[in-house]
Amino acid sequence: MNKDNFEPKIVAFVCNWCTYTGADLAGTSRMKYKPNVRMIKLPCTGRIDPLFILKAFERGADGVLVSGCHPGDCHYNAGNFHARRRWIMFRKLLDFLGIDDSRIHFSWVSASEGKKFVDVVNGFTDKVKARGPFTRFKKLNEEFVINE
Amino acid sequence: MNNLRQIAAELLNTGKVNAIVGYVPVDGTSRTKPFIATKPEEVEKFVINQNILNNLSVYLTKDEVKKNFKKIGIIAKGCDIKSIIALIQENQIQRDNIVIIGIKCSGVYADFEETRIADKCVNCEVMEPHLFDYLVEMENGSVLAGEDQKIKIIRQIETMNAEERWDFFENEFSRCIKCYACRQVCPMCYCERCIVDKAIPRWIESSAHKRGNFAWNLVRAFHLSGRCVGCGECERVCPMDIPLSLLNRKMIMVTQEEFNYKSGMDLNTPTLIGSYDLKDNEEFIE
Repeated sequence: MNKDNFEPKIVAFVCNWCTYTGADLAGTSRMKYKPNVRMIKLPCTGRIDPLFILKAFERGADGVLVSGCHPGDCHYNAGNFHARRRWIMFRKLLDFLGIDDSRIHFSWVSASEGKKFVDVVNGFTDKVKARGPFTRFKKLNEEFVINE
Repeated sequence: MNNLRQIAAELLNTGKVNAIVGYVPVDGTSRTKPFIATKPEEVEKFVINQNILNNLSVYLTKDEVKKNFKKIGIIAKGCDIKSIIALIQENQIQRDNIVIIGIKCSGVYADFEETRIADKCVNCEVMEPHLFDYLVEMENGSVLAGEDQKIKIIRQIETMNAEERWDFFENEFSRCIKCYACRQVCPMCYCERCIVDKAIPRWIESSAHKRGNFAWNLVRAFHLSGRCVGCGECERVCPMDIPLSLLNRKMIMVTQEEFNYKSGMDLNTPTLIGSYDLKDNEEFIE
C-alpha cells in the first residue's frame, strides 16, 4: 500500500448528547464527509478512560478523535470538565512517548453543529492521511520476545 | 539518635502507637532495611543515616499493617512525608491514626552506594519536613552535592522527534518482565484490584510482551499523574533497570506547569484529577 491510496482508520469517541447528535444532524442533512471515521458512542466524555484511546491505537487506529459537549453544556453537568483535565495530562504523556498531536485530536461539537462535525472529521482525516499509517503499535504486536 | 530512640520508646510505652516503622541497618553492609517495631526494646535498632533510601509510607497502605495496628508511628524524610500527605489527601489514611517522626534530612545516597546522591535529593525543597509530630536530626549528616541526571535526560528526550521518542521508550520497555515491583513499592498504587489484573475484559496483557509492556508503563504513569510525589522507589526496585522515573518526573513537571500543583504539599488541597476548574486550559480543543 503506497502513500497515495492509504486510507487512515480513525476512531472517534463521542458523547451521546452532543457530538453524536451533531453527527446525526450532519447525516440527516445529507452532508458528505470522509468515511474513515468509526464512531464509538459513550454517554459522556467523562466516561472516556484514556485507556480506551490507548486500546484504539493498539488495535490499529491511525488516529483518534475525541469529542463532546461544550463546557457548561454537559448533560451530566460536569463530565466534560473532568474529561478536559484528564486530556490535558494524557496528551502531554502521549506526546512525551511519541504519539503527537497529528494522531489525536479533541473537539467540542454540540448537537446543532452538524457542519462543524463535518469540518472536524474532514480536517483530521486529512491530517492523519498526510502523517501516514501508525505502524509502531502494529510492529509491537508482531514481535515475540521469547525467541530472542 | 538517642532523641529518636527516646521518642520512639515513649510512643510505644504510652500506647500512643501500636507499632513504629523505621530503618535498621543490614549487618555487614552500608544498607538499611525497613523494620516494624512493636515493643519498646526494639527501638534500639533504629538508625537515621544517609542510607535510609526507602519510602516507608508504602507500609501504611498495606492491609496486613492496617489490620494489625490501629495507630502507627513512622520515621519519615521530607519526600516520604509528601507521600503520606498525598495518601491523606486521597483519604487512604487518617491523620489521627499516624504519628510522624520527621527527619531533618541532608540527602541520601543513591542505591546505598555512598558514591553519589540520589536524583530525588538534588533540588529537594523539603529537607526540613513540612509536616511532622516530632522532629529529629540525621546523624552525621552533611548536605550532599550532585547533579540531577533525570532532568538532563528528560530535556534530551524533549528535543527528539516522535519517532525517536517512541524508539527510545520501546527499547527501554522491552526489558520489562511484568514483575510489578514498581506497583508493589509505590505508596500511591493502593488499588485493591489493579487494572492489569482485570481479565474480563483484558485491558493490559500481563505477559512480558512488548505490546503489553508499553501499555502497562504508560497506563501506570497516567494513573499516577497529579499524584506521584517523585520518591523514585519504582525505578530503584525495577530489576531490569528501566528508567521509570523519567515518565513520572515528566508528569510532575507537566502538572506543575499546567496547574501549578504539586502533590503531597498540603493536606487540605483537593486532589488534582478529582477536581476541575472552569478555567482549565482548552486551547488544544477545537
